[in-house]
Amino acid sequence: MTQRFEVAIVGAGPAGISAAYTLADRGVKVVVLERGEFPGAKNISGGVLYGHDLARIIPDFADRNPPIERNIVESRIWYLTEDGGYNVSYRDRIFESERRHNVFTVGRAKFDRWFADQASEKGAFVVPSTVVTDLLRDENGKVTGVRTDRPDGDLEADAVILADGVNSPLAAKTGFRPEPAPEHVALAVKEVIELPEETIRERFNVGETDGVTTEILGSVTEGMNGVAVIYTNRKSLSLCIGANLADFAEKKIKPYEMMERFKTHPMVAPLIRDGKPREYMAHWLAEAGYDKIPPLYGDGWLIAGDSGMLFNTLHREGSNMAMVSGKMAAETILEARKTGDFSGSSLRDYVRRLEKDVVLPDLKKYRRFNSFLHNHKEIFTTLPPAFGFAAREMLTVNGVPKKDKQKKIWRNLRKDHSLLSLLRLLRDARRSV
Amino acid sequence: MGATIEDKLFLDRFNVADDSHLKIKDDAVCTDACEDKPCLYLCPANVYRLENDRISVNYEGCLECGSCRIGCPHLNIEWRFPTGGYGIRHKFG
Repeated sequence: MTQRFEVAIVGAGPAGISAAYTLADRGVKVVVLERGEFPGAKNISGGVLYGHDLARIIPDFADRNPPIERNIVESRIWYLTEDGGYNVSYRDRIFESERRHNVFTVGRAKFDRWFADQASEKGAFVVPSTVVTDLLRDENGKVTGVRTDRPDGDLEADAVILADGVNSPLAAKTGFRPEPAPEHVALAVKEVIELPEETIRERFNVGETDGVTTEILGSVTEGMNGVAVIYTNRKSLSLCIGANLADFAEKKIKPYEMMERFKTHPMVAPLIRDGKPREYMAHWLAEAGYDKIPPLYGDGWLIAGDSGMLFNTLHREGSNMAMVSGKMAAETILEARKTGDFSGSSLRDYVRRLEKDVVLPDLKKYRRFNSFLHNHKEIFTTLPPAFGFAAREMLTVNGVPKKDKQKKIWRNLRKDHSLLSLLRLLRDARRSV
Repeated sequence: MGATIEDKLFLDRFNVADDSHLKIKDDAVCTDACEDKPCLYLCPANVYRLENDRISVNYEGCLECGSCRIGCPHLNIEWRFPTGGYGIRHKFG
């Protein structure tokens, strides 16, 4: 006999669990299908989460012993050359006190498990080790449930939320979202490097529960449109480096070898010295932006989180967009439940909610950002050495008059960049953010 | 030079299924029609390796990112998730 739920959710990540929590909290019979052995077993992100968005789902989350690694009190941005680099950072004591849960690091294997437990306590059924392989539909094409890889694995539901992440063979197979092209995703690899707590405190100049994030651009992605990060956890550092998948294919660069080279950079190596690598993972980032967001609803279904390409590259916001969109998908269903109408015209309200909130306006604002990076490869190729040359010249004391140094720097910059191309870069940068 | 891909994969926990979730649809496409073979480079787990002019699929170490599926210029890779509970199991995530 086919089991019946009011709502079936594909994937126990931030989107799926936020939806499940919100629905179960209101007494809805909801099931979450998770392909990992436990929620979190397949999940990965750079590792920051945002307290504001988590509190929208669970207002008292801080009192429920969440597995937070470190509260971020300082954010650094690096622009690296091969031999060194620029560092801009901001630290503020407000992030040690009243805003301490503004941004914090997590390990998703632990955090998502905790998050799923909170939903289970509210009454959601979280079923691990189960892959959703297809969607059930009636003769009019309305989604009526899911098919899983378990024997007798069909589940019926009034509505289905697709929250299975950026790599979704299900979405591609069922046609809900076209398969992304290589240039629409970035491939990132991550390494977790274990270090003693006191070493992390000393190297990053932070207190017991405080941490630092570092976002890195420049020559480390070896000419590709990409980014690297270093985040502090309680007893480890998260190192990630990634680039546009089409760039990887074109340049024939192996991601794991680029990671090894990144670790030897003079600004990175001292931070990880004597650290023990503990885990190595890979994942996509939905880079395509606003213009590649698929239809997010239809008859009997909604898409939330990364599956819907809801990801803000510039502000490294993915998990929080997943949470907010998951919550809104749930609220849309709660509203539809009052009339029992789960058709597309009823679920359309989901997009109105996303438009009124931060998700779609932010993605719309930055819709040009990805093409900006794509069209200005000099950010990753010729500009880092030119900027490095400039700082090196000005900081080297060697008896040469500063006026001559400035001329030399300008000549060096102009060697690879016309005045027009530099003006274009500034104009496009301004337009993209 | 630092750690090899074998060193890195050795850090991870896998519950390896008996059957591969990755299949090359048509070997002839790889040998005859594919000059660049980007799968040999872009796979972050070095799943695809050239052995005696054929591409071998070492699915046991797959990190389940999906890059080979969309990165194959001939879309010649049949890709599904490992059966529920199998494949990589993150410790930290």
